[in-house]
Amino acid sequence: MDNKKYIYKKIGAVQFGLLSPQMIKKMAVVKIVTPELYDKEGYPVDGGLMDLRLGVIDPGLRSKTTGARMTEDLGHFGYIPLARPVIHIKFVPIIYDLLRSTCSTCGKVLISQDKIDAHKKELKRIKNIRGLDAVRTKVKTIIAEAKNTKKCPHCKAKQPTTKLEKPYTFFENDRRMTPVEVRVRLEKIPDEDLEVLGLNKELARPEWMVLTVLPIPPVTIRPSITLESGERSEDDLTHKLGDIVRINQRLFENVNAGAPEIIIEDLWDLLQYHVTTYFDNEVAQLPPARHRSGQPLKTLTERIKGKEGRIRHNLAGKRTNFSARSVISPDPMININEVGVPLMVAKKLTVPERVTEWNIEYLKKFVERGPDKYPGANYIVRPDGKRKRLTEETIELALEELQPGYIVERHLMDGDISLFNRQPSLHRNSMMAHRIKVLPGRTLRLNPSVCHPYNADFDGDAMNLHIPQNEEAMAEAQILMEVRTQLNSPRYGLSIIGLIQDGISGLYLLTKNENIKYEEAVELLAYTGLKNYDKLPKKETVTGRDVFSVLLPDDFDFVSKSKDKKPVVIKEGKLIEGVMDKANLGEGAGLMLRSINKKYGSEKAMEIIAKMSVLGIHYLLKKGFTIKLSETDITKEIEEKIQKILQEADVKVKELIEQYQKGELEAYPGKTIKETLELNILEVLNNVRNKVGEFLYEAIPEDNHFEIMARSGARGNILNLAQISGVLGQQALRGERINRGYKGRTLSCFTKNDLGPDAHGFIRSNFKKGLKPHEFFFQSMVGRDSLMDTGLRTPKSGYLYRRLANAMQDLKVDYDNTVRDSAGKIIQFTYGEDGIDVSKSEGGSINIHRIITETIGIKEKKEKAKKADA
Amino acid sequence: MAKIRKVENKIKLGLELDELPEQLKQKIDEALKDKKVTEKQRQKIYEKAFEEYKKALVEPGESVGIIGAESIGEPATQMTLNTKHFSGVAELNVTTGLPRIIEIVDGRKTISTPSMEIYLKKEYENEEDVKKYTLQIKETNLSEISKEFNVNLEEFSIEVTLDEKKLKDLELTKEKVIKVLNKTLKKLKAEEKEGIIKLTFKSKEENFNELYKAKDKLKNVYVSGIKNIKQVLPVKKEEGYVLITAGTNLKEIMKLPYVDTYRTVSNDIFEIYEYFGIEAARQAIINEVYKVMENQGLNIDIRHLMLVADTMCNSATVKGITRYGVVKEKSSVLARASFETALNHVINAALMGEKDPMNSIVENVMVNQIIPAGTGIPKLVMDLDIKKKK
Repeated sequence: MDNKKYIYKKIGAVQFGLLSPQMIKKMAVVKIVTPELYDKEGYPVDGGLMDLRLGVIDPGLRSKTTGARMTEDLGHFGYIPLARPVIHIKFVPIIYDLLRSTCSTCGKVLISQDKIDAHKKELKRIKNIRGLDAVRTKVKTIIAEAKNTKKCPHCKAKQPTTKLEKPYTFFENDRRMTPVEVRVRLEKIPDEDLEVLGLNKELARPEWMVLTVLPIPPVTIRPSITLESGERSEDDLTHKLGDIVRINQRLFENVNAGAPEIIIEDLWDLLQYHVTTYFDNEVAQLPPARHRSGQPLKTLTERIKGKEGRIRHNLAGKRTNFSARSVISPDPMININEVGVPLMVAKKLTVPERVTEWNIEYLKKFVERGPDKYPGANYIVRPDGKRKRLTEETIELALEELQPGYIVERHLMDGDISLFNRQPSLHRNSMMAHRIKVLPGRTLRLNPSVCHPYNADFDGDAMNLHIPQNEEAMAEAQILMEVRTQLNSPRYGLSIIGLIQDGISGLYLLTKNENIKYEEAVELLAYTGLKNYDKLPKKETVTGRDVFSVLLPDDFDFVSKSKDKKPVVIKEGKLIEGVMDKANLGEGAGLMLRSINKKYGSEKAMEIIAKMSVLGIHYLLKKGFTIKLSETDITKEIEEKIQKILQEADVKVKELIEQYQKGELEAYPGKTIKETLELNILEVLNNVRNKVGEFLYEAIPEDNHFEIMARSGARGNILNLAQISGVLGQQALRGERINRGYKGRTLSCFTKNDLGPDAHGFIRSNFKKGLKPHEFFFQSMVGRDSLMDTGLRTPKSGYLYRRLANAMQDLKVDYDNTVRDSAGKIIQFTYGEDGIDVSKSEGGSINIHRIITETIGIKEKKEKAKKADA
Repeated sequence: MAKIRKVENKIKLGLELDELPEQLKQKIDEALKDKKVTEKQRQKIYEKAFEEYKKALVEPGESVGIIGAESIGEPATQMTLNTKHFSGVAELNVTTGLPRIIEIVDGRKTISTPSMEIYLKKEYENEEDVKKYTLQIKETNLSEISKEFNVNLEEFSIEVTLDEKKLKDLELTKEKVIKVLNKTLKKLKAEEKEGIIKLTFKSKEENFNELYKAKDKLKNVYVSGIKNIKQVLPVKKEEGYVLITAGTNLKEIMKLPYVDTYRTVSNDIFEIYEYFGIEAARQAIINEVYKVMENQGLNIDIRHLMLVADTMCNSATVKGITRYGVVKEKSSVLARASFETALNHVINAALMGEKDPMNSIVENVMVNQIIPAGTGIPKLVMDLDIKKKK
C-alpha cells in the first residue's frame, strides 16, 4: 500500500500531566549554563539562551539539532539544573493541601486505611457516573476531612501545624520550610494514596511540583527582534530566563565555595522570585518584574490568559488568506445571491483549478494572460506542492510545463462561490455564500434585499469576502450556505430576506388601483428579465395588480392581511384583492414569501423576490418618487387641531395637579400620591404624540409621499411625521418625566415646584419649527441617556452570547435524533420535543390548516369540475 | 439509515418515524372537528402532514446548540437595558429585558425582583374576596395595624393602640395579635389593658435605652400575612383576577385554601426547583425567558429556549451558564480552557492526568482538524487502490 502521500493521521487525544525532572532532561537538547546570549560577532553563544540547538530565528543560520533553516523547524527544549529546588507557583495551593492532609512522618493520607479504601471505591464510582468534575468536588471533601486530623492513624505520629505565607513560603510549627523540605515531604506520599488526593500517580507525582530542573523553551517561541538601528531587542521570556540563569549560576558558585548560609538563602529566595515571575508575573503579593522602562514583563501566564492570550486569540481564532474587505454599496440590479466584486479584487483573489486532460486548453488560456490581464492566473502549483508565481517572464515557461495534475490559481470569475460576511457575526445568516459578479468600481456590491440578515446599511459599512479553496468547501458553501438556503430564519422560522424600501413602496403604489398602459406594463416587466407576457391581460390598460400577478406562479393560492388589516387574496396566481405592503413583502412577518418558498422551492422564491424588487423599483423610477420638505407641510386646520389636542392635555394635567394639591388624588396601591400623580400626568402627555400621529394619519392626503412610505411600511412611520410637523411630545427618562436638575425644578428658567408639562420635559415644538432652548436641553438629556444605554448594553449582551455559545457549541443532533453534547451525554431525547428544524418549519410548526385547505380545497374544485361536466 | 433507526427504536431513543406523531394527529383532529371530511380525506391529510413533518425534521449532525445560542444572543443585542417596567398604570416593578435574561441564564439563587402571580379558585373570584385576600396575603407588621406607639416611662412599658378597622380587614383580633406578639417576642410580655396593648419587660432590669430599642423593634414585628410577600396587587385580567406580588413564598401560598395551585406561579426559578423539582424548573426557565422576549417584541422559537433550559438542568440541579456552572462540567479540557480561567483548567487537568478526547468543536479548531459536527461527522474512507483491483 502506497499511502505515504496522504495524511491519514489526526490528533486523537491530548494528554495532560506534569513534567518529571527526568522527562525535562529527556526532552532537552542542551543544558543552559551561561546568561550570555551572543558573542562579540553577534553569533549565539553555546550553552546560552539563544543556543543554536534550541532552534533558529535568524535567516541564514541552521539548527544544530536538525540542520533545519528558519521556519522549517519548531525548535527544541533545553534545561537548567537549579542549584536549589524551587516551588512552582501554580501548584502552591495544591502543595499546601497535600502538606496538611498527609502525615509528616510516614507520608500517608491522614485517614484510616479502611476509609481510604472506601473513598477509592467511591471515587471510581463517581468517575464512571458523573465525570471528573464530580471527582474533584469529592476530593475536596476528602482533603478537608484529612486536614483536621491531629494524629496520624497509621503511624500514630503527632501532626505539626502547617501554614502558608503567601505567595509561596511554608511554615511547619512556625518554622520556615525550605523547598527541599517541602519536596522531601511530598516524596513521602505513597503512590497508592495519590488517587484519594485526586492525583494521577503516573502523570502527577507531587514532588514534581517542586522544580529541580527548569525546562527552557525553544527560541522560536521567544524570538528577538532586530530594531532599525541594528540593535537586538530580546523577548520578555528571554529576559526573564536570563535573570534565572544568572542567579542560578551565582547560587551554584556560592554553594560550591561554601558561602555563609545567609547569602545562600538570599540568593535562593531571589531564584524563587525569578522562577515565580517567569511563570506568572501577576502574583498578588509579589512586585511584578519590569523592563528597564518600568513596563511589566509579559511572561508565560500572561501569554496564555485572556482574550488576547494564546488560547482565545490564536488557537480558537484564526486568520485566513484569500479574503477581501471593502466598503459596501447597494446594487438592486444584481441578483440576491450575487456579490459585486471590484475588478481589482478579482485579479488578486484566486480559485484553484486542477488541470486535467479535458480542461488543459481552457486553463492554458488563463496562464497565457498572466496576472495582469483579466481573467488570468496568478500562480501555478506543481503536483509536489511547489508554487510558481506567474510574471511576464515566467508565463512561457509555465505554459510549457503545465500538464494534468498541476493546479492553476486563476482569477475570480462570475459565478464562482464566495463567503460574504459582516461583523458582528451574531447569527449564521451573518455569513452566507454568494456568487461572484465582477464589476467596475472599488466597493463590494450587494442587493439591498440581503441587508437585513447582515444588518448592513451603506453609511460606510465594510464587509468581508472569502474564497473557498477546495472542492469540498465550495460544495458545502453552495449546498448549505447559499443565500437561497437561508431565506428562513432559524430563530423563528419566517422569512428573513424580503423586499425593502423602494421595492415595497413601489409595489404598494402599483397594486393600489393603478391603471397603466399595456406597453408600459410590458416595459416594466421587461426590466425584471421576464420574457413571457402571456399572463398579462391583453387590454389597452391593465391594472397594477395584473402587472404584479404576472410574477406569481400560476397555481399560487394565498390569503392574508395587509398592514392596515385589510384582506389580501391571491387566487390561482392572481392578486384579486388588497394591496401589497410590508406585511406580505417584507422580512419577518412576510408569510407570502414563506409560502412561495415552501411550495415552489427556494430557487424560485429567490427569483420571485428579486423580480418583485426590480418591478417595484422601476415602477417608482418611472413614476418619480421623492421626498421633499413641503411633504411635511400641514394645513392650518390641521395645525389648529393639533393645538387643540395640546390644550386638552394641558387642561387634563392642570386638573390632575389641582386634585393633587387639594389632596383629592387617591394613591394607587403600593405607590405614594406623588408617584400616582406622575404616572397619571405621564400617561396623558404620552398620549398627546400618539393622538397627533393618529390624527395626522387620517388628515394627511393619501398621495403624500411621506404617508405612502409610512403606510406601505417601506420606511418610517407616522409618528416621525408627527414629530417633524406636529409636536415632539413628552421626553421620558427611565420611564419617568424629567425630574432631575436643581432643587425643586429642572432648569432655572422655571419656578420652583412647577409640576406642569413644560417644566418636566414636554416638548410642544416640532423639528420643523425648531425647539426652544429648554426643550432642546430636555431632548439632549434623553438622547444622551439612550446613547448610554446602547453603550452599556452591547458588552453585556456580547458576554451573554459568548457564554451561551461556549456552553452549547458542542450540542448536536445525533443519528438517533437525540441531542447530545461532545461526551455523548443526552441533553434532549428529541430536539425541541418534536424534532422539527425551526428554519424548515412554518413559524415553528407544521401548518395543519394549510394542509387541510389544500387537500379539501382540491377535492372541492374537482367536485365542482365534475358538476360542471355533468 | 433505516436499519440503524430500527435497532435504536428498540431502546426507545429519539424519534420513531413510522407514523405521524400523536400530538400532530390530535391537532389535526381538533381542526377537522367542525368540518365535513370523509375518512379518505382524513387519511390523506394525515399522510400529507406526515410527509411535511418528515421534511421538516432536523438533520443528524445539525449544530442545534450554536443555533440556539445565536437565536438568543442575536436578539439580546436589540433589547433595551431598561430594568424597570410599568405596563399599565399601576403595576409592580419587575426586572425585564436583558438584565432579567442574564439573571436567569446565570442561574442566580437570589433574583432582584422576586414576584408571584397568584390565581384564585373559581369560587373566590369576586371583587370582595379578592380585596380581602389581597390584604391577608401581604406580610403585615405591627406598625401597619396600629395607630400609636407610646412609651410609658412611669410604668416602664410600651403601649400600642391598634387600628380597629385594619384589624377587621385582616380578620384579626386583639387576642390574636397578643398571642402572636407573645410568641415572637422573647424579652417582652404583652397584655391587653383598656383596649390598649401593653408590653412590659419580663425581667426586672430597667433600662431606658433598652426600652426605646424595644419600641423600634416592635414596629417591625411580623403579625400576619405571608412572610416575604412585601406587596400585593390585584389585577383584573381576561382570565380573571390575578394577585401580583412583590416577593415570593411558594410554600406558604400553596397552603392557602383559596389559591388555585394549578395556575399560581413564582418567577423565582430556584424556589420552583426546590418545591417542584427539576422538570418544573426547566419549564420555568423556558417560560420566564419567553416572557421577556415577548415583552420586548422579539420573535424566538421555543425550541431554542428548551435547549438552553435543558443544558442548564441536565445535571438534575439548576446550573447557570457560567464558568462555575455548565461550562465547568464539560468533559473536554481545552473547551473549558477556551472559555474563562484557562490556566486553572489546564493545571487541574494535569494533576488528574486528564485526557482530552478531541471530540468537541474548539479543540479541533485549535489543531486545524475537521470539527465533529454537521458535514464533519460522516467519515469516508476511499480505497485508493480501486484502479489496481479492477
